[in-house]
Amino acid sequence: MPHHNSNPQMSDMAVNLRHVGKPIKHDSAELHVSGAARYIDDIPEPADILHVVPGGHPQAVCGSIKSVDLDAVRNAPGIVDVLVASNIPGVNDVSPILGDDPVLASDFVRFHGDVIFAVVAETRDLALRAARLANIVIEENQPVITIKEALESNSQVLDDYAFVKGRGAEALEHAGEVLTGSFSIGGQDHFYLEGQISLAVPQENGDMLVYCSTQHPSEVQHLVAKVLGKADHAITVECRRMGGGFGGKETQASQWAALAALAAARSGRACKMRLDRDADMQLTGKRHEFDVSYRVGHTPDGVLESIDVDFASRCGCSADLSGSINDRTMFHADNCYDVPHAAIKTRRMKTNTVSNTAFRGFGGPQGMLFAERMMDHIAISTGVDPLDVRKRNFYSADGTGVTPYGMAVEDCIIADLVETLEKTSDYRRRRKNISAYNSKNTILKKGISLTPVKFGISFTATHLNQAGALVHVYSDGSIQLNHGGTEMGQGLYIKIAQIVADVFGVDVERIRVTATNTSRVPNTSATAASSGADLNGMAAYNAAMKILQRLKCFLAERHDCAEQDIAFANNSVQVYGKEFTFNSIVGDAYLDRVSLSSTGFYKTPKITWDREKGTGRPFYYFAYGAAVSEVTIDTLTGEMIVDRIDILHDAGKSLNPAIDIGQIEGGFVQGMGWLTTEELVYDNAGHLKTHAPSTYKIPCANDVPEDFRVALYQPGENREPTIHRSKAVGEPPLMLANSVFCAISDAILATCPGTLPQLDAPATPQNILAALRIARKNGQN
Amino acid sequence: MRTHIQFLRGQNKISLSDFHPTMTVLEYLRSTERSKGTKEGCAEGDCGACTVAIGRVKNGKLVYHPINACIHFVGMLDGCQLLTVEDLHADGHYHAVQQAMIEHHASQCGFCTPGIVMALFTMFHAGSTPVTKSEIRDWLAGNLCRCTGYRPIVDAAFEVMQKPANDHFSKHATETVHLLDELNDRMDVFVGDDEHYFASPGDLTSLTEMYKDNPDALLVNGATDIGLWVTKQLRSLPALIHLGRVHELTKIEQDTRSVTLGAAVTYADSEKIMADLDCDLAALWKRIGAKQVRACGTVGGNIANGSPIGDTPPVLIALNAEITLRHGATSRTIPLDEYFIAYGKQDRKTGELLVSIKIPRPQENQHFRCFKITKRFDQDISAVMAGFLIDVSDGVVTKARIAFGGMAATPARAHQTENALVGASLDAPDSWNVALEKLEQDFTPLSDMRASAEYRSEIAKNLLLKTLIELAGDDQVQTRLTGKRVVGHAAS
Repeated sequence: MPHHNSNPQMSDMAVNLRHVGKPIKHDSAELHVSGAARYIDDIPEPADILHVVPGGHPQAVCGSIKSVDLDAVRNAPGIVDVLVASNIPGVNDVSPILGDDPVLASDFVRFHGDVIFAVVAETRDLALRAARLANIVIEENQPVITIKEALESNSQVLDDYAFVKGRGAEALEHAGEVLTGSFSIGGQDHFYLEGQISLAVPQENGDMLVYCSTQHPSEVQHLVAKVLGKADHAITVECRRMGGGFGGKETQASQWAALAALAAARSGRACKMRLDRDADMQLTGKRHEFDVSYRVGHTPDGVLESIDVDFASRCGCSADLSGSINDRTMFHADNCYDVPHAAIKTRRMKTNTVSNTAFRGFGGPQGMLFAERMMDHIAISTGVDPLDVRKRNFYSADGTGVTPYGMAVEDCIIADLVETLEKTSDYRRRRKNISAYNSKNTILKKGISLTPVKFGISFTATHLNQAGALVHVYSDGSIQLNHGGTEMGQGLYIKIAQIVADVFGVDVERIRVTATNTSRVPNTSATAASSGADLNGMAAYNAAMKILQRLKCFLAERHDCAEQDIAFANNSVQVYGKEFTFNSIVGDAYLDRVSLSSTGFYKTPKITWDREKGTGRPFYYFAYGAAVSEVTIDTLTGEMIVDRIDILHDAGKSLNPAIDIGQIEGGFVQGMGWLTTEELVYDNAGHLKTHAPSTYKIPCANDVPEDFRVALYQPGENREPTIHRSKAVGEPPLMLANSVFCAISDAILATCPGTLPQLDAPATPQNILAALRIARKNGQN
Repeated sequence: MRTHIQFLRGQNKISLSDFHPTMTVLEYLRSTERSKGTKEGCAEGDCGACTVAIGRVKNGKLVYHPINACIHFVGMLDGCQLLTVEDLHADGHYHAVQQAMIEHHASQCGFCTPGIVMALFTMFHAGSTPVTKSEIRDWLAGNLCRCTGYRPIVDAAFEVMQKPANDHFSKHATETVHLLDELNDRMDVFVGDDEHYFASPGDLTSLTEMYKDNPDALLVNGATDIGLWVTKQLRSLPALIHLGRVHELTKIEQDTRSVTLGAAVTYADSEKIMADLDCDLAALWKRIGAKQVRACGTVGGNIANGSPIGDTPPVLIALNAEITLRHGATSRTIPLDEYFIAYGKQDRKTGELLVSIKIPRPQENQHFRCFKITKRFDQDISAVMAGFLIDVSDGVVTKARIAFGGMAATPARAHQTENALVGASLDAPDSWNVALEKLEQDFTPLSDMRASAEYRSEIAKNLLLKTLIELAGDDQVQTRLTGKRVVGHAAS
């Protein structure tokens, strides 16, 4: 008996692909452009709806709550209820793992804005006004704000973690040359255009229906149940679509869902909680800031010998997902580069700032940015072109490379991919032209960089790599599809509809994908880790295949033929030479009492991870890509423009090239924002000063160069039998933007050859000018 | 006097006589009409998710502007046509802009999409075809999209903008102009009671009389700043007097020596005349704010609110502009740099209002430069704003006016630097050093979320240096990342 495997082999997928692989438009494209796509704030409101807004201390950052006087709040016009911690019937916690995120703070304030109470009022405006009337006394303590301060006071949310390959740091003693360096990496706000929002509608028997803009309906369900003191079966969470997520609605949606549900449970009325932009940016977590310091050993030719790197991250006031995020930083500190000896260490620092959370790339970008800085450093030290240094260190295509965490890199295509991009981007000629430009121009300087990406696909918490789906074929031949994944704009619903349409050989318009809902598919994982299509696509495929099998069985019996003689295509069914419409077959099957509904399930095979030993195969496969960026900087002001971008990205056999190109371009631009204009500024006391688009600048249309060339890697095919051999594409492209940062560094280098520019991320004009100042000083010495 | 406002919603006339003076257009759409297509992304006019189109008659023609509904007060709609994303489709067909967006895969999460569709709708009707992708990106600078990276949106726009507008709005334009003409009766409008009102005088005499009698009322034109006092600070502004319908204030006058802008002239309406004054002003006008802001915001408002980081005051001070203020029937004219007294304090008496700004044209031996330094090029508030007017004779600086924003509590001149620069030779960079060093004595800037004090000081110095390098004129050396300026020796 072979090992039981619930997964079909994709080689068995004898499905005629009429939709999969085609650039089919987003299922909601028409609703989007006509303003008819419904977000939670657009759902018609029940007549007696109430509005909930958060309240806290206007200034305090860290300290004990001495007294909370809410009389003025309660007495303000239109106030129905004011929620405090003691009103919570269940457990006062909305953390994903550790139990360290209270819904409402009662003893301590951990960061500026920590929610102490929530106002429930007849209108949002009255709630907002009343929330400012609280009189709260806090005995303030000295806060810990920066990573440096946290390191000095040993303030950490989780234990340090490290893995070692070969002889680790000791190997540096025998290295040809050793480089040392350090730099810091800024955080990033998600800035989804739709802020956090939940609408709770009380049901009979104390049950609760929560419409929530979330990437993780199941977790919201569990946490709302826990807060209300109910079993999971009493809570239903639904999300049709989000106005953007990017990781920011994985764990961060729960607190607002719980407060809306608590208000609804107490009042018996529908309650909506929508954070405005400032509250959203002040009260929800962001990408982790990192300080990185390293020692790198290499040969005179620029071949890596050993790495000793220390990462310290700002996790904020609680653990949230910081454990897995920092782990993923470590998993990506090698990027595409094979190193015989490595010691990769992380410290997870606790600060009195909002608890940082998942953000597209999930720690990977910071690890990978280190790897690229390291390559540039070696290039400068050896005088070898940075592209050649990179190429000399790539994991081999023959599968012999092993990562610092003990996983064989079996599917490495980076050398071939980079070879192609080097040619199509005309890298060598442009490098020469840039040198010529820089020798003539004293004020403006240009830089260029090609950086690769290798991103591990799977949740590193192995149990999360599972998914469910539910397919109904109705007796009129229309099909309803539901799965555990959520739609945040990434095109997951259309991709899965394409997969199911091709199983039944029907037009994709016949498939209606319904809102993600915990009562249809239970125990789902977050739509995260780029896994949405891989996991849910396969689960939906399995569900549809079960129904198809039943239909074939029914037809074979009725027409006395073999199942191989039956084919579903073009909305019809060929049965041993005779043609029937799909509708008539379904109608007949219904009359014959064939079950036309099925669940489907999938779990990722092969993956293992032993965190204790720091070894295993945490990823099913890797996604690859590379980008070339060219920039110009103004050495008098530090201003920068991106002149041209070339991207070649591996989406395997793309399920939908239009959607995938959209993910690549959008991910790149988001990554570019992280590394250039997006700056989270805290004052010394710990107040976030950039909490709206007036002060926090994400890229706008003019920041994206007109010369923006994006292509899918053509031989692309997943070596593993994923759904139609596609590859995950949500996160990996974000890290292609490392090339922008490295190109800026290259431009600064033109003012002071021979020394790695001391550039911190984001490369704002101010940080670029600071690096230029240091470079000039180095040049004078 | 009218006691209601009147505007067109599509082709239907709407009259409103009962609304809070600070009710926004977004609130009206989402809460009163329950039209949910227009979204709130930031409630401060910085993301464009709430973009709607405003139709106005200009020189007999129907013109559409994009505006941010989240900070636009509903009373300001008087005499306009309001169009939202729900209005675009006709006879069961999507609008050409919508269709192109669908075909180019230009939406992902879709939340910014209605605003982008409306911004592109206004460009579609702007009438200049064909357009370049660069113009499209400029037009979209006020619409943030976090998903797509903009490329498909720009491609969709590029395709649709190649043809002149031909939709049911252009077909009905004559009828719309007629309807709007009927609404624009130049009557004084007053909606509300003694305590809460939205007033919109029809001419300057009504305005000055009303403001003299009600000096506690707040003057508002585009509300690109005041709108945020309401949405962000929850300030209650019970009495508003709107300037937008006072035709005397929307006039632009010019002669060979100067240009005069009425206080209610928008950035959009002054774009061309400022571009004619100097190419740096053309570049600056594009970066003051995005289309939505420029359609509503005014130079008058930028001056009158006295902000230390306004973009235009330093530039206008460098150009030696003067302003005219009026109290009832009494007028006075002062140099602009005397208007700013201290942080939050200006030379404006109770009941007095700004009516016009007169900007002298630079003379032949005068060289003007201005620079705006921000984290992001578009739709960003300046960390440092610099204006230079340098008189050069035979390669030697004979006079300098230099003003900065973001360096002090008010827009301010660099007097010591100006003096030190006189006598400097463009051909001898060593002779610039005294002036460059004086900048540190002129200003002690602050650190904030936009820039550190150190960076501001360094930038101020480097911008003067850049100006001098440009005037010294080596056309082999490029000096600009953005904006265009042909460099040549100032003395030649």
